[in-house]
Amino acid sequence: MKFSIVVQAAPYSTQSAETAYRFANTLLQKGHELYRVFFYADGVHTGSALASPPQDEPDIPANWQTLATDHNLDLVVCIAAAVRRGVLDSNEANRYGKDGANLASGFELSGLGQLADAIAESDRVITFGA
Amino acid sequence: MSEKTSDKKRVLIINRRAPYGRSNARDALDVTLTCGVFEMPVSLLFADDGVFQLLGQHNAADIGQKNLSANLAVLPMYDIEDLYVCADSLQQHGLNADELAHTVKTVQASDIQALMRDHDVVLTF
Repeated sequence: MKFSIVVQAAPYSTQSAETAYRFANTLLQKGHELYRVFFYADGVHTGSALASPPQDEPDIPANWQTLATDHNLDLVVCIAAAVRRGVLDSNEANRYGKDGANLASGFELSGLGQLADAIAESDRVITFGA
Repeated sequence: MSEKTSDKKRVLIINRRAPYGRSNARDALDVTLTCGVFEMPVSLLFADDGVFQLLGQHNAADIGQKNLSANLAVLPMYDIEDLYVCADSLQQHGLNADELAHTVKTVQASDIQALMRDHDVVLTF
């Protein structure tokens, strides 16, 4: 079955952020397809390259990056939700005159049209952290 | 259940949060309008604290916010006219359907399962 996942939870604020990752990992292990992960609202902080969790805690952003590399995943961070919260790629950093970009590799900024497309293309869309 | 008239996914967006305390209401509205632009049939269900989104006369600027009620009012221009409110939630929050600023259909909590079944995708905010 073809899934997409919407993550609205900020990492480390609510358990939903970790649960979303575990759900994604499990559905891939079970042989399902993950069409897209869409990070929305506070979930955009998952895409920050600056997250530095203690070593004895799960590194949620890095875990997503590894999963994306292993399974060629599409990790889309909502651009409107991200830029107002300070998660910028180099294009947006230039556009807004900011000193640095912090979008982690493996993530991409894009619009809500990517969520609409995921809805159209997926058999199931599961929301975490609303 | 109503027969599907197109191959577009039918989307049900469930609003469960009050309008301004968190970004959920605005986020839901942005998704609603995007689905509308992509010509997907979208329905909205207001339940739990989400029923407060349906009250009018917001003074949102006083708290540095944009008026969500005004945005809800434009949904018919996007052919988004299927708005539902949970009767039990209204009652629990001391509200009556005739106090609401928007045209909504009242559904019993027991009808929500059927409403979900009638849609292909459910998104919760």
